[in-house]
Amino acid sequence: MKGTVQQREPARPSTPERAQEFVSPEVNICETTDGYVLEAEMPGVNKQGLEITLEGNEITIVGHRQVAALNGEPLFHETRQADFRRVFELDPAIDTAKISARMDQGVLTLTLPKSEKIKPRRITVD
Amino acid sequence: MNSLIRWNRPDLSTWTGFGRLTDLRDEIDRLFEAPLAELSRTSQLLSGWTPALDVYEDHDNLYVRVELPGMKKEEIELSLHDGSLSISGERKSEEKSQQAEVYRAERFFGRFQRTVTLPTPVAADKVKAQYKDGILTVTLPKAEEAKPKHIDVNVS
Repeated sequence: MKGTVQQREPARPSTPERAQEFVSPEVNICETTDGYVLEAEMPGVNKQGLEITLEGNEITIVGHRQVAALNGEPLFHETRQADFRRVFELDPAIDTAKISARMDQGVLTLTLPKSEKIKPRRITVD
Repeated sequence: MNSLIRWNRPDLSTWTGFGRLTDLRDEIDRLFEAPLAELSRTSQLLSGWTPALDVYEDHDNLYVRVELPGMKKEEIELSLHDGSLSISGERKSEEKSQQAEVYRAERFFGRFQRTVTLPTPVAADKVKAQYKDGILTVTLPKAEEAKPKHIDVNVS
């Protein structure tokens, strides 16, 4: 079977955990022969506000917004204050020890390399 | 015949039809369950990028805040004209190698523009903009004549 970084089925909203509201960040995911690259848009989140946890074959990305409130009265308000959260299922080919993350202007880039033994390799004939 | 592993039919192992179907179902679920704000995001697919924007006002300043994750400072253009502030720019996608296989492409790349009509005149030469953590904050000091004045009434 072909493994991917799949998004896990979202839990039904009947659970009481809904008290804590999250928004789902928009992501781009692509795969190369070396691994996967995941980019997630989380405006207002910096390195300190980022929480990435690995559990089994699931990776959870949580981003706490660290935005100072604006002074005065709102005249127009579209942005949301809820933190970001999204869970992905990992391809077993990913070497979880080598996952790296970078945060730049509100965009998280996760690099998920495949483990060496899974990568296709050329076998030379002596 | 000896083989190292069981042979899989290649057309089965590469078939990703279900993945696509799940994506579509996710989108439909989102349409029905999402609050309005989320819906407007879904419609970005059709209308381009409309970054979220806030306008605040206090005694001395107007503040405009826009969510623009993943831009470069130089790619953001700000212009003040005839009492309205325009924020525009282009987010360029990074060059990806040709072999990359895309699983999800939810981020928008391309041009955007937002214009707000300012409720009071501002001192154009004192406008400041800051871009941090993917959020642009523009501070526009009100023009002196637009500030509310306190007038003492002397009763003799």
